[in-house]
Amino acid sequence: MKYIWIITKRELASFFDSLLAYILLLAFLGFSGLFTWLIGSDIFLVKQASLQSFFGVAYWTLFFFIPALTMRMIAEENSTGTLELILTKPLSDWQFVLGKFLAALLLILISLALTLPYYITVASIGPIDHGAVWTGYMGLVLMSAAYISIGLFASSVTTNQIVAFLLALLIGIFFHLLFSLLAGNFPNFMGKIFYYLSLNSHYESITRGVVDSKDLIYFLSIIFLGLFGAETAIAKRNISDN
Amino acid sequence: MKAITCYFMPNEGDITVGGYSIRENPEEIKKNIGYLPENNPLYKEMPVIDYLRFVAEIQSIPEGKIRERILEMVNICGLEGEKHKKIGELSKGYQQRVGLAQALIHNPRVLVLDEPTSGLDPNQIIEIRDLIRKIGQEKTVILSSHILAEVEATCDRIVIINKGKIVADGTSADLRKRTQGREILKVTIEGGNRNEVFKALQDLSNVQMVDFISKSDNSYEVQSKPDTSSRRDIFQLCVKNGWDLTELTPTETKLEDVFRELTLK
Repeated sequence: MKYIWIITKRELASFFDSLLAYILLLAFLGFSGLFTWLIGSDIFLVKQASLQSFFGVAYWTLFFFIPALTMRMIAEENSTGTLELILTKPLSDWQFVLGKFLAALLLILISLALTLPYYITVASIGPIDHGAVWTGYMGLVLMSAAYISIGLFASSVTTNQIVAFLLALLIGIFFHLLFSLLAGNFPNFMGKIFYYLSLNSHYESITRGVVDSKDLIYFLSIIFLGLFGAETAIAKRNISDN
Repeated sequence: MKAITCYFMPNEGDITVGGYSIRENPEEIKKNIGYLPENNPLYKEMPVIDYLRFVAEIQSIPEGKIRERILEMVNICGLEGEKHKKIGELSKGYQQRVGLAQALIHNPRVLVLDEPTSGLDPNQIIEIRDLIRKIGQEKTVILSSHILAEVEATCDRIVIINKGKIVADGTSADLRKRTQGREILKVTIEGGNRNEVFKALQDLSNVQMVDFISKSDNSYEVQSKPDTSSRRDIFQLCVKNGWDLTELTPTETKLEDVFRELTLK
């Protein structure tokens, strides 16, 4: 645990040193704020004291925001050679990957925490369903964690950051959108499988205020698979480098 | 080297460092090794001090001692004036020192250096070599390099590996002896006819081969038979014939030649 935290600390420091964190925070808050309050089907149009529009926007902004965050995390270390430096220190591949994961997750938590004023404002305007808001945030956190682990996996299989970014988006879009579209096109059994695979459906059921263990298991298994893939990719350095 | 430091796992066989096997106790080995990889990868955006602190924490140096160790490393590696700069802003020589500092910070028993002086200017090379020699007095240093002069200047034991096989192993003197016990002399003799001198040299009993070094002057390269010396004979020859011996220089076999001979077979 100590090692994981050391990695996380360094990673967070480098986010905030390199302006990356500020740019992404600004972009995230800007977009979600704009669409929640000013443009499109914003809160005033819907005329309901609910954060549904915010969650709808955040669902998409985080989808792009996270691969941009994770793309460099392992790919860069791999291309500059610092990966070799770190992994010859007394820590395991898992601790390294988990440290990275935690750092990205913390940054997302910070950015989500910064949207809490939206919640406070809306709550002061009218009666709000507090439960739905909290499960909504929970859905966002789970979704972010899932995309971070996918992003880390994408970042671990290549040394090129752009490839990592696009790969993360490519894998992400299946869960984000395509599976739920496919679910509509297939009858019965296949449709059910695609429906289950779709992150969208699980996310929506959570933001509606229903926290089902089925959804939790879904998210946790994506997180685990992503991190497992990243760890395997790093551990396989033997063969790929020779 | 990558296998010793537990970065790669060999397909077969095992390596033990200080009694620990890389297959069973990689974490223990990693604690006892300081490693400076080739091309010295560093986090360029981090300030030197922060970076050393990060490495110190990873190496589990107790919190109270970290400061002290960092300052010690800064001293040993001569980073006093640069410690607050970002690593990316430093010259290559200083970056190399940072690399050494991070490898040494936890006081490892074994130090593994992969091409530690590549890309440095001559002054920096000498400084880094001095540093390595200083460290080598207390620790085991494993150093890989393609610059044989460097190997000779810093190492007590040299192993030459060609295509995965050890072709030579010993001190630099051993290696020289191993490849050839022959003496090569550069001789300049004046006051005689070139061809006459050449012939006379060739007729000496210990001489194996004589060569003109260039077409116009009176210098010759004389190679003696194995384990013999023809220096005295050459001198006597000149005295006898009244020639002037103006140069008699033993040419040392360079380690480069040894290397070529061993690896080109």
